[in-house]
Amino acid sequence: MNAPFDPKLLTEPTPEFTLSAHQDDIPSGEVLLNVEHVSLSFGGVKAIQDVSFDIRKGEVRAIIGPNGAGKTSMLNVINGFYHPQEGTITYRGEPRKAMRSTAAARQGISRTFQNIALFNGMSTLDNIMTGRITLQTKNLFWQALWHGPAVKEDIEHRRAVEHIIDFLEIQHIRKTPVGRLPYGLQKRVELGRALAAEPALLLLDEPMAGMNLEEKEDMSRFILDVNSQFGTTIALIEHDMGVVMDISDRVVVLDYGRKIGDGTPDEVSKNQDVIDAYLGVPHD
Amino acid sequence: MSDADGAPLDTFPKYLLLNAKRFAGRPAMRHKDFGIWQTWTWRRQLEEVRAFSVGLKALGVEQGNRVAIIGANRPRLYWAFAAIQALRAIPVPVYADAVGEELAYVLDNAGVSVAVVQDQEQVDKVLSFAERIPSLEQVIYDEPRGLRDYDHTKLHAFESIQEHGRSLLASDPSIGSLWEKNIQEADGDDVSVMLYTSGTTGQSKGVMIKASAAVNAAADTVKFDGLNEYDEVLAYLPLAWVGDHYLNYAQGYVAGFCMSCPEGPETVSHDLKEIGPSFYFAPPRVFEGLLTSVTIRMEDAGRLKKHLFNHYRSVAAKYGEDILEKRPVPLFGRIAYWLGDLLVYGPLKNSLGFSKIRTAYTAGEAIGPDLFSFFRSLGINLKQLYGQTEAFLYVTAQKDSEVRADTVGPATPNVDIRISEDGEVQFKSPGMFAGYYKQEQKTAETLTEDGYVKTGDAGFFDKDGQLKIIDRAKDVGKLKSGALVAPKYIENTLKFFPNIKEAVTFGDGREFAAAFINIDLQAVGNWAERNNIAYASYQELAGHPQVYEMIADHVDETNKKLASEQMMAGGQIKRFLVLHKELDADDGELTRTQKVRRGFIGDRYGELIEALYDGSQEKYVETEVTFEDGRKGSIKATVKIADAGFYSVPEASTAKEAAE
Repeated sequence: MNAPFDPKLLTEPTPEFTLSAHQDDIPSGEVLLNVEHVSLSFGGVKAIQDVSFDIRKGEVRAIIGPNGAGKTSMLNVINGFYHPQEGTITYRGEPRKAMRSTAAARQGISRTFQNIALFNGMSTLDNIMTGRITLQTKNLFWQALWHGPAVKEDIEHRRAVEHIIDFLEIQHIRKTPVGRLPYGLQKRVELGRALAAEPALLLLDEPMAGMNLEEKEDMSRFILDVNSQFGTTIALIEHDMGVVMDISDRVVVLDYGRKIGDGTPDEVSKNQDVIDAYLGVPHD
Repeated sequence: MSDADGAPLDTFPKYLLLNAKRFAGRPAMRHKDFGIWQTWTWRRQLEEVRAFSVGLKALGVEQGNRVAIIGANRPRLYWAFAAIQALRAIPVPVYADAVGEELAYVLDNAGVSVAVVQDQEQVDKVLSFAERIPSLEQVIYDEPRGLRDYDHTKLHAFESIQEHGRSLLASDPSIGSLWEKNIQEADGDDVSVMLYTSGTTGQSKGVMIKASAAVNAAADTVKFDGLNEYDEVLAYLPLAWVGDHYLNYAQGYVAGFCMSCPEGPETVSHDLKEIGPSFYFAPPRVFEGLLTSVTIRMEDAGRLKKHLFNHYRSVAAKYGEDILEKRPVPLFGRIAYWLGDLLVYGPLKNSLGFSKIRTAYTAGEAIGPDLFSFFRSLGINLKQLYGQTEAFLYVTAQKDSEVRADTVGPATPNVDIRISEDGEVQFKSPGMFAGYYKQEQKTAETLTEDGYVKTGDAGFFDKDGQLKIIDRAKDVGKLKSGALVAPKYIENTLKFFPNIKEAVTFGDGREFAAAFINIDLQAVGNWAERNNIAYASYQELAGHPQVYEMIADHVDETNKKLASEQMMAGGQIKRFLVLHKELDADDGELTRTQKVRRGFIGDRYGELIEALYDGSQEKYVETEVTFEDGRKGSIKATVKIADAGFYSVPEASTAKEAAE
């Protein structure tokens, strides 16, 4: 039964929903964010010392390292929460000046946290809606008036949020206060909130910490789906080596604030410095 | 049944065409998508089905082809049924949670050429077993997520098939009229659907249901329960199960009511509340779960609310069922019930999504009388039915106002039931199957020589002419005296006591029936706490003399109940013991679905069974147990054996004759 049917007549399926609020014209595979010779210290503590690496558009970039290696500090530098004493950060080809994290958010960088930072008393839906705040164009006056354009805009935001809820398969907890949700689901809601901002660069701080195997598999699936379906560039910190090796395209390894490895998961796992760092070989 | 022009209405696509005319603007289907209920009228549903059907035809589906449907309850999969039937091809729904092996077996056995599946998960399953299904040529999916990078030469989106169908219809109007003509010319003798049995006993078999049989059966029950185009159902049961196909699809097309598909399997309870169906089906365990959650939430409520709830619950228990059944009730009882409805039952039903129920059914296993009465006393017309895939569901169903917890009702209209010599229920019905696909041998084994279907269930008709199912026919045994023992029937009667969690009864080939009893730690523990009975372990509680007294009372009650049934009276429990450990699936005593494995328990506790029959008062045993982490240990105990009262058998009644 093959004669009358011509598959060419069929249109390729297209995803109906995109996360494109922060689109840019950087081609896939080019440098989206470049970190050059960045050093960060808190008083006498040198958290990051002369670290350079880049994040390319469309990739899943992992930052790994033992405890205290400076991974979260690095993430905080990228999203503008910390200001490095030395070095430059170039985002979309423009060197970044000292800026606040809200500005980073407006430029399309959003993140999740190692320790879940959701509004516990609010529902899943409302929590994810907060992720849309940077995309709201109507000012407080209109929103307070709750009329015409503000309502229309809100409906658009709600539509986007519903797509995210559908994407993350959390319809059943739409109206549940997040404080009552189990940990794994809270993590997913947090990912949803970060996605709601339609980021160009998504930073995930230990998205799988404290999860069981099944939850980890789900989360890995979602991360890969975000990357492939929406083309979102992802930088993530993760401890679970298996996960990192499976889902990331390139890995940068930090130890005591220094970069000790950079490359594909395969290259990194063969790097002697990295092996030593993870085995706890004493430093000179 | 026939339409206005006198042509017989003997297929579901014919009903689709009719409904698109007679109920054109009425809702046919709803689905919650992106948080909003989307509605399709019958006219739009016809358009969707036609577009897909024409697209399928272009894909090469022809009369007699088998097309698999795999997935959850979603509008497009339901449309696929009608679209396939319209081409006189045969839909073969398959359980979405079937593992790859089972799926491959069914698809290969049915020889499907096309599979319509829900999402990536099902696509992966089907594709990974593609080699085992040589007949399979095309796969169509509903949900595109994750499938973007798949090779699309044999894989198609539902949408694109519909798109193709629409463009064909637009380019040549004769295609549409030809499609309708093909439906009108179809014959009720076509196979309407092939439903695979769940295969708990060996390989699953494809039950072929003919179109006219399916339509006639549905028309009978639609009339029986007075279903019409204003009814609403929520389709949440497995798509491949005869119950879902019958109650929602078949009855929906015949009556023209609206079917709603939930957002997802986890949102069913929310969706139920939002839709408020008027016709509802759930297995007993769903009602059990609801009652438990209501009870727990009331325990946490404030004192006033708790008091109100308990007070009106007792009012409902007293008058509720009488009011439901329109029996005389004193005026103050009516007033009290009315108040209770205002304050408790109404809001409770609303939050469960039961406000608009006119008819609800339960089936599949025995339902506890208290549980059954609770829901009925709230004013929910909950009834029981008995059915089988081979019957296209209904064999018996209870009429409104003749409802009881322990029976499944008389034969549904046009169904003929008889009880065979050895107690097996056999039937002939309008919806009965045309045979198992490619398994003539099995078909012949299931049918009697004069064309009745053997159900494999043992049962009898009680005094009111209602059927009572007692057990699987092969499990029913006989005492030495020749009296019948139906282990499951006795166990279910015992288990209706909340204090008894499990029971295992013996008796086949013995002098009398005897039972192992497992106490319910939660219920009995609670009781112990309230009565200041100290205990350190399950074992100690199980062996406590006062617990034995309590269980003895329950056994006594059970015997009383058994004695009132002429057929069951011989199977009263003479001796019993309370087991020193909980039966556990980890030890192989229960199946993973928590069903007792009688044979295994018989071997494992052989000594205790002997003790039940040799008259000893106690027995010392050592039992090996497996802990959850896989370690093994052993429990030593001296188990006491108790005697129970025996009730005299009533005079032989006319129960058996009433059935014939």
